[in-house]
Amino acid sequence: TIYFLSKTLAKPNVKNIVLVDGVRTPFLLSGTSYSDLMPHDLGRGALQGLLNRTGVPKEIVDHIIYGIVIQEVKTSNVAREAALGAGFSDKTPAHTVTMACISSNQAMTSAVGLIAAGQCDVVVAGGVEFMSDVPIRHSRKMRKTMLSLNKAKTLGQRLSLLGSIRMGHLMPELPAVAEFSTAESMGHSADRLAAAFGVTRVEQDEYALRSHRLAKKAQDEGLLSDIISFQVPGKNIISADNGIRPTSMEQMGKLKPAFVKPHGTVTAANSSFLTDGASAVLIMSEEKALALGYKPKAYLRDFVYVSQDPKDQLLLGPTYATPKVLEKSGLTMEDIDVFEFHEAFAGQIVANLKAMDSDWFAQNCMGRKSKVGVPPMEKFNTWGGSLSLGHPFAATGCRLVTTVAHRLQKEGGQYGVVAACAAGGQVFLPKYTYAQLARADTEYSRGATVQVFLVHSFGLFSVHVLCMKMTMCKSVQKHF
Amino acid sequence: MAGVRAVGILSRFATSKYSRLSGHGHRSLSMSSSLLARTYANYEIKDGVAVIRINDPNSKVNTLSKPLQAEMTEILEEIWGNSAVKGAVLISSKPGSFIAGADLNMIQACKSAEEVTTLSQEGQKMFDKIEKSPIPIVAAINGSCLGGGLEFAIACQYRLATKSKKTVLGTPEVMLGLLPGAGGTQRLPKMLGIPAAFDMMLTGRNIRPDKAKKMGLVHQLVDPLGPGLKSPEEATIQYLETVAIEAAKNLANKKLSVKKEKGLVQKLQDMVMGLPFVRKQIYNMVTKKVMGQTKGLYPAPLKIIECVQTGIEKGTTAGSLAESVNFGNLAMTSESLALRGLYHGQVACKKNNFGSPARDVKNLAVLGAGLMGAGIAQVTFDKSVRTILKDTTVEGLTRGQQQVYKGLNDKTKKKAITSFQRDTTMSFLTGQLDYRGFDQADMVIEAVFEDLNVKHKVIKEVEAVIPPHCIFATNTSALPIKEIAAASKRPEKVIGMHYFSPVDKMQLLEIITTDKTSKDTTASAVAVGLKQGKIIIVVGDGPGFYTTRCLAAMLAEAVRVLQEGVGPKKLDALTKGLGFPVGGAALADEVGIDVAAHVAEDLGKALGSRFGGGNVEVLKTMVQKGYKGRKSGKGCYVYEKKSKDKKVNPGVEEILKAYQLKPAPSVSGDEDVQYRLLSRFVNESVLCLQEGILPDPVQGDIGAVFGLGFPPCLGGPFRFVDSFGADKLVQKMHRYEEVYGNQFSPCQLLLDHAKDSNKRFHK
Repeated sequence: TIYFLSKTLAKPNVKNIVLVDGVRTPFLLSGTSYSDLMPHDLGRGALQGLLNRTGVPKEIVDHIIYGIVIQEVKTSNVAREAALGAGFSDKTPAHTVTMACISSNQAMTSAVGLIAAGQCDVVVAGGVEFMSDVPIRHSRKMRKTMLSLNKAKTLGQRLSLLGSIRMGHLMPELPAVAEFSTAESMGHSADRLAAAFGVTRVEQDEYALRSHRLAKKAQDEGLLSDIISFQVPGKNIISADNGIRPTSMEQMGKLKPAFVKPHGTVTAANSSFLTDGASAVLIMSEEKALALGYKPKAYLRDFVYVSQDPKDQLLLGPTYATPKVLEKSGLTMEDIDVFEFHEAFAGQIVANLKAMDSDWFAQNCMGRKSKVGVPPMEKFNTWGGSLSLGHPFAATGCRLVTTVAHRLQKEGGQYGVVAACAAGGQVFLPKYTYAQLARADTEYSRGATVQVFLVHSFGLFSVHVLCMKMTMCKSVQKHF
Repeated sequence: MAGVRAVGILSRFATSKYSRLSGHGHRSLSMSSSLLARTYANYEIKDGVAVIRINDPNSKVNTLSKPLQAEMTEILEEIWGNSAVKGAVLISSKPGSFIAGADLNMIQACKSAEEVTTLSQEGQKMFDKIEKSPIPIVAAINGSCLGGGLEFAIACQYRLATKSKKTVLGTPEVMLGLLPGAGGTQRLPKMLGIPAAFDMMLTGRNIRPDKAKKMGLVHQLVDPLGPGLKSPEEATIQYLETVAIEAAKNLANKKLSVKKEKGLVQKLQDMVMGLPFVRKQIYNMVTKKVMGQTKGLYPAPLKIIECVQTGIEKGTTAGSLAESVNFGNLAMTSESLALRGLYHGQVACKKNNFGSPARDVKNLAVLGAGLMGAGIAQVTFDKSVRTILKDTTVEGLTRGQQQVYKGLNDKTKKKAITSFQRDTTMSFLTGQLDYRGFDQADMVIEAVFEDLNVKHKVIKEVEAVIPPHCIFATNTSALPIKEIAAASKRPEKVIGMHYFSPVDKMQLLEIITTDKTSKDTTASAVAVGLKQGKIIIVVGDGPGFYTTRCLAAMLAEAVRVLQEGVGPKKLDALTKGLGFPVGGAALADEVGIDVAAHVAEDLGKALGSRFGGGNVEVLKTMVQKGYKGRKSGKGCYVYEKKSKDKKVNPGVEEILKAYQLKPAPSVSGDEDVQYRLLSRFVNESVLCLQEGILPDPVQGDIGAVFGLGFPPCLGGPFRFVDSFGADKLVQKMHRYEEVYGNQFSPCQLLLDHAKDSNKRFHK
């Protein structure tokens, strides 16, 4: 089907796909005000917020796609539960996707695919993560006994099964703290990555502090307009993120390393924290959006997924994916006005920046002639990032894309790029390395609409999922 | 005291993969007087910390050689004389080796025990100085840290190690018939406690970084890095250096303390060890265990115990003296000479002397999923070679695949690999019943039933489906390769690859070439064998090749001994007493009585009465009754899953009674029985060399020890003749010859050596 897609997209008159709008709930430290909810509650909040803000008629929504990483077993198709609760039509199909920290990126690119293939015109995408509660299971031994108990017919059989329960059966099983493939935790991997690129503790703390300061500034200036208020049922209304804490280098310097002891450099303060939150975006074909009278915020243009060795290059996706998408669309680093990179760890961001600045890395690991080049910091995550705003795994992708659109509008830029490695927060971690990248440009003829090019990479099979033509964009550029 | 495990030297050689104590030739010493341009070690001062980098320019690994020690002493004097230096870091610039041990050639060159003792004392002095260093010295370990290298590291104040796969710590001296002679026997018990120190020194086993940290051998671990701004190896060394410098600084300014809070268990153990009575019990227990496992054939473990005991009971000065004197004496023993010879032989047999093959084998197919076939697959596909395992029945295939899976899963259970690695590795194996995919095969190894007709049928079938470049290797223990190759359309591509069971444990591979086998085919077979991790001997074609022939001769004698009324248990005790890891009767059970019968009959036919002695009918009757050895549950012994103690099979006793022979009293004492068994083995080996089946004595020794369990303390049949004396052996054989005839006629080459005591197999 992938080949089918790219073939049809290779035809002229490919539909343009736009981001109409995007919203998110406030992102909260897990274990705070959201702690008694369930994942679909937050998802419902984001979806309802999207309905309210866009006023999109429910019956015209063709499909809903939602991402989540740590699944609540009671709501395994969380997309459907959240959509029904949010008041979407019960005639609108909904499905859930998962791809570690880029699950909502996957939701968005799936939506783009459905529209590009002519299957849908209006799709809602989003994602939710709820770390205040995670499924903790009985041990495998205990589960086996309990399942056998179901099938036991006589009292004797039941008693003998009950009698077989030992202390060891009672040990609970927590969600994996380590990569399944490498048995290494993400924080540990980030620490090694930082060391491999010679990233110091001070560099990491400085970057983390920058993220918090910029987020605070954006919050104070009211720039985080994608946030919709969320009323915790029966309790108070939440309308702001609560993880933004600009402190001082001195304060941060006091923390002990969290993963590699005693000489590590990754600490709780320079890592993203466990977060509860949900996000959602409304994606349409351009003609449909215009017909409905919307003023879209961005074109979603192109995307690439790449994947690397999950051991040593777990968090290097952005370095690999950025040049790919730029080359695909004939742009250079200088053409980009807005960069939004997911901040899993300060060390990971700085390592990526160093990797992009290294000829050795480009030549020996990427098969390039020369280095990728570094994004200028004045264009980079200027409204804060996952380190400060928080990182509800499956909700981050939509936040990044909406932020790019908003920043392009605010700053008058033309192109934007989103990149995310599928790094989890600190503990509950994904299986592969993913990187996501999006690019946007502004097209003035239609007001402040922006084109976002999404680029993604996945798995050992690097697949060109979508390859959209640049005709429209280029003609517009000529025009101006 | 789980500590003291088998000093079963064979099994340990089988697992040792060290590049330690590498024996490279003497190098010219260019001792420059310039401070900054030394050959083996240099240093620079970084932030008040002297970083000493070791790098032997002439070798892949660093060894503790005389010139290195000299340079190191100079450097240390300079550092200690420099008040600006607050600490030091000792690190290797080589990615895979910290210090792999002492330079063996240095010991080899000594003419007397006293000379070796002096060497040991020089090492002790240097490490004592390091231990008393006024500034903290941090050993930053990446790669092999063995023998003298480990002793160097434990003299330092602090130890860091990378978690790299190449990082191993250990004291393998015991496997060379030596002891840790530079303070190891004195420092280790204090550092690790007596039980752990004994375990380490008596087994000589490799200790991985995680375990080393747990037992207190190193203080801190550092993760290896992936590629960054440099290659992973360079990045890791640099990272290790940075962390080590930090540690040195922190030690110097007392931010970091070496003293660790002892846990309750540790305190308790210390308290118990404080009691002289308990310690005495331990020495006795360990000695008893060592005696049980070595039969007193290996002096080194006993001397290690003695040195530890002296050090603890009489103080370090006495202990160190005992260590150096014993080190000197051990170096001169025939056992150490034999073990060192095996070490060198093993290194020699891990090289491809036939050049690199024209094609790399990337796709390999194994025919027959029996114990052997599955075993061959098992050691192949986990080296990233796509492997097909083909059988003719679903049952056979299932069993084979289960065996393969179990092998990998056991590694997972031991945490050598993750379950994920197990699963990805499994993807390299395909089990099937047909010849699909054979058109892509670069090599086919058949391990089907040992019957010439079956082999001929298979070779024809396979040649119809494989590409022209594909090599056909046959795994047979006795059938001559040229007879198998007779059915081939391309005999230059046919070669014998004789594996030993269990394939994943036994390290030897005997490769058999016919006069038609091309050099490239041989090169390719050796390359595959090396990839499989094998030690390889390449021998000429003939009935039983080399290994089977020697074994058959000895087994024929063993059967006669049994017929003469020596019970299987007694026979086993006698063979083990020689130093064989498995007794004669037990060995026959392991090999399979049916196989033994087959081989005995074939070789008897091909080589005549020299292979007489025991009556083949004994073995054949056993097979008829279903006593096929361990695999059938009954052989000479009865094998029950639960019972540990093997019981002699009463059925066999009956058979032996039926074929009873009258022993000749003049040659039936215990020692004579032992030498009858040994001399037939050795004579056949020498005859193989004489006939050109064996290319050289080194491969003969390696084949006998690693393939057949010939006593490692004797170093192999050829080393044995050299050390025992050919004349003495010939004398004994003549005595047996008078009673039994030509089975004991010494071959010409042996007679030549007996006549001229200057003739030796090993220089």
